[in-house]
Amino acid sequence: MSDDIVREFLVESAENLDLLDRELIHLEKDPRNRDTLASVFRTIHTIKGTCGFLGFTKLESVAHVGENLLSKLRDLEIALNPAITTALLQMVDAIRQMLASVEAVGNEGERNDEELIKKLTLLQQGAAADKPQTKNATSEPAATPGPPTRDTSTGDGQKARPASPPARIAVATTASAPPETAPRAESKPEAVEAAMERSEAGPQAPAEGAQQSNRGASESSIRVDVVLLDKLMNLVGELVLARNQILQFSNGKEDAGLIAPSQRLNLITTELQEGVMKTRMQPIGNIWSKFPRTVRDVATMCGKQVRIDMEGKETELDKTIIEAIKDPLTHIVRNSVDHGIETPPKRVAAGKSAEGRLSLRAYHEGGQVIIEISDDGAGLDSEKLRRKAVEKGLITPEQAAKMSEREATNLIFLPGFSTAEKVTNVSGRGVGMDVVKTNIDKIGGTVDVQSKPGAGTTVRMKIPLTLAIIPALIVTNRGERYAIPQISLLELVRLESEDAKKRIELIQGVPVYRLRGRLLPLVYLDRELRADPSKVGSEADAVNIVILQADERQFGLVVDGINDTEEIVVKPLGKQLKGIRTFAGSTIMGDGRVALILDVLGIAQSSNVVNEVRARALAEKEKEVVADQGEKQTLLLFTGPGDGHMAVALDRVGRLEEFPIATVERAGGIEVVQYRGDILPLMFLAEMLEERRSHSRLAAAPAKTANPDKLQGIVYSAEGKRVGLVIDQILDIVDETIKVKSPASRFGVLYTAVIQGRVTELLDMPALLQAFERKRATKTHQERVEV
Amino acid sequence: MADSKQLCTFFVGNGYFGIPVEQVQEVVRPQPITPVPLAPKVVRGLINLRGQILTAIDLRFRLGLGEPGDPSKLMNVVVRTDESPVSFLVDEIGEVLHVSDDTFESPPETLQGDMRELIGGAYKLDGKLLLALSTERTVNFSGTPAHTKEPS
Repeated sequence: MSDDIVREFLVESAENLDLLDRELIHLEKDPRNRDTLASVFRTIHTIKGTCGFLGFTKLESVAHVGENLLSKLRDLEIALNPAITTALLQMVDAIRQMLASVEAVGNEGERNDEELIKKLTLLQQGAAADKPQTKNATSEPAATPGPPTRDTSTGDGQKARPASPPARIAVATTASAPPETAPRAESKPEAVEAAMERSEAGPQAPAEGAQQSNRGASESSIRVDVVLLDKLMNLVGELVLARNQILQFSNGKEDAGLIAPSQRLNLITTELQEGVMKTRMQPIGNIWSKFPRTVRDVATMCGKQVRIDMEGKETELDKTIIEAIKDPLTHIVRNSVDHGIETPPKRVAAGKSAEGRLSLRAYHEGGQVIIEISDDGAGLDSEKLRRKAVEKGLITPEQAAKMSEREATNLIFLPGFSTAEKVTNVSGRGVGMDVVKTNIDKIGGTVDVQSKPGAGTTVRMKIPLTLAIIPALIVTNRGERYAIPQISLLELVRLESEDAKKRIELIQGVPVYRLRGRLLPLVYLDRELRADPSKVGSEADAVNIVILQADERQFGLVVDGINDTEEIVVKPLGKQLKGIRTFAGSTIMGDGRVALILDVLGIAQSSNVVNEVRARALAEKEKEVVADQGEKQTLLLFTGPGDGHMAVALDRVGRLEEFPIATVERAGGIEVVQYRGDILPLMFLAEMLEERRSHSRLAAAPAKTANPDKLQGIVYSAEGKRVGLVIDQILDIVDETIKVKSPASRFGVLYTAVIQGRVTELLDMPALLQAFERKRATKTHQERVEV
Repeated sequence: MADSKQLCTFFVGNGYFGIPVEQVQEVVRPQPITPVPLAPKVVRGLINLRGQILTAIDLRFRLGLGEPGDPSKLMNVVVRTDESPVSFLVDEIGEVLHVSDDTFESPPETLQGDMRELIGGAYKLDGKLLLALSTERTVNFSGTPAHTKEPS
């Protein structure tokens, strides 16, 4: 017997068994679906036939009884019930184990499947007893012969001949059968239908493996060795690099003979790269397809009822990533069923349907794939989590008290954490969620859990599409380039030297930067890399901060210069350099030189961004800031009449415009301009605000209009109306936390506050607009105030 | 010729070394080197060999032969290892020599330091000694980083 044939058989059978899992679960929901029944039958028939051909007798005997049982089902002589499904799934497992053994040692192994065979035979005869199914049914296959429930269709099965031979006889006799409209209660026409199916499938020789043609896809696709794909991927990676080099070279030349082909090379390479990447893409459905089975097993074991919904099955991910997330996903799914979803009585007591719902969702978002696993179970009890974490010594009581709800729920990712009251077969051994997190971190993804007590839990993963070629930001430090994977990148901040001194503050020697009111720890790449201090950075006076996210924590990485983003091909470091956690790998830049890829998580760890003491210090400081601020607002700062500083909330500001004075017209006693096909009334602040200051002071502060021929306007919208607020000069847009407030001193002002060191009036726009409307309605023509 | 070997020879500092030709993938002229901060000091950096990234080990440093030279003048001896190839940075390339095992002798006990560990022995040539370098041991250093992780 040729090894090749056996291997082919193994590969094909593995696929078929996966298909069986899916179809059996499907059947359970829709027990009378003839197509699925027929397909299940064909699948097992193929396996049986091939086993016989290859001389695997034990396999064959198990598959044989399964086939018999299925043929009865298919001919509707008996109806599917949970016991039969369980038995069939056990058969699938038995076959799978034997195949694994065949793969490992070349034979089916020493095993005794008498019990299973007996059980399958028994079910086939419809003689199974009506014993209630015990909770641990699936873990002890032979112990529970009885079907626990009888659905309405069971009657059909029982009136059928108890031990009829497989349905071959039926085929010939039913040439002119009535079409599908046969009513459900009459079993005969359906049996005929099924038999017809069979008659189509029948002639196929089982050992040829040709069955797949029934499923349509096999003719248009071929199997390719993954090693070959990996090799192609590497070659394309190198081609990309060569292309980059050529482009860089040809950019400096004016030789049309060089430029044209290098541009074509560019396009072709890009397309080739996409194509090869696509060959490695697999729909996430490939791993999800196993979950209905997993869910069913776990649910049966815990005596729960769980329905699984899937959305976005077709979302594609790189093969290596699919492999990397398979186990974490499985773990989360099992966890959700085991811990998340409650038992039916509990659910009913809580006013939910007895059947729990587990939904899987995958979709693309910003070059990443988001996978969500949510259940409508009990949710996580953050108090319990805190308590448990303290009990286990994972955190201190003080830390626990300070934790936000979100942080508390994410405690489940700590190593050695498990909240299961009792350790079950499925989960609760305290290994798991931390492994999930480690595995997801490893591929540059993130995982996060959100939970509402009583309403359910959602685990959300962000996963990169591919690992081999990634977009990265190139930065320079001490004349060397480094690549930072774009996936960890949040934003870039550049501070000019003056600003830098002011805005980088120290907490106990730890540099921090206030990013929109939040304190961001700063990490200097220099120091991380222990750079030679004698060499000076290229832009010593300005500070470039790359804001990164690692492990749910943000920090700013200070680098000498920021270049550009590029697609880079990730190459691993040699073993001599593997121990350095600061680097994730290396890549070749367009000019052929090597650049190192920074490992953002590694830097965060080695610079103690994740360090607890500092985290706590930051959190406390942050609280101060938050406590101080009351409410943070984004404000538009400008100067109004008499050079006073004023501000309005930015969210209502549509645009900033300049209106040439020549375009200002008058209508209904007010000034208007034509603006974007509309008539925009102009509101002159100077007219609207009560002037308290003396004329002499006003004269001393002449209007600082930037351009005398133009009016500076803020297009402000409220209640569907727009108005052009004419002011003197736009100053800045700031994110400000208003600390010092004092009550307004005149009409049209909400309050005064100190913003950027200046006393600033915050305008009460609703009041001003009302006044403006009144004025518009009542006032007759008035001389325009010169500006 | 049964007991003879072909050695690729090169000069590092004041020493004359050889490694079996079958372990040498190729010899490459000086390449731009990207330094790897935090790496063990013997690792001079990374070079790009036709799309493959190699770790470059400074043999002067590895052998304890003093301060490393100007990297833009150092030749690369690209050596095959169990994993990816590694480049040895050397001062100068010598000839490929046939050496007879008769002329081989173990190093004297008085030879100490890193050299002791890396030199399998010496071939006594006319007028000079050719030291046989173990590539395997040369690429496997205990990975003590030149700078420890935590400052102070």
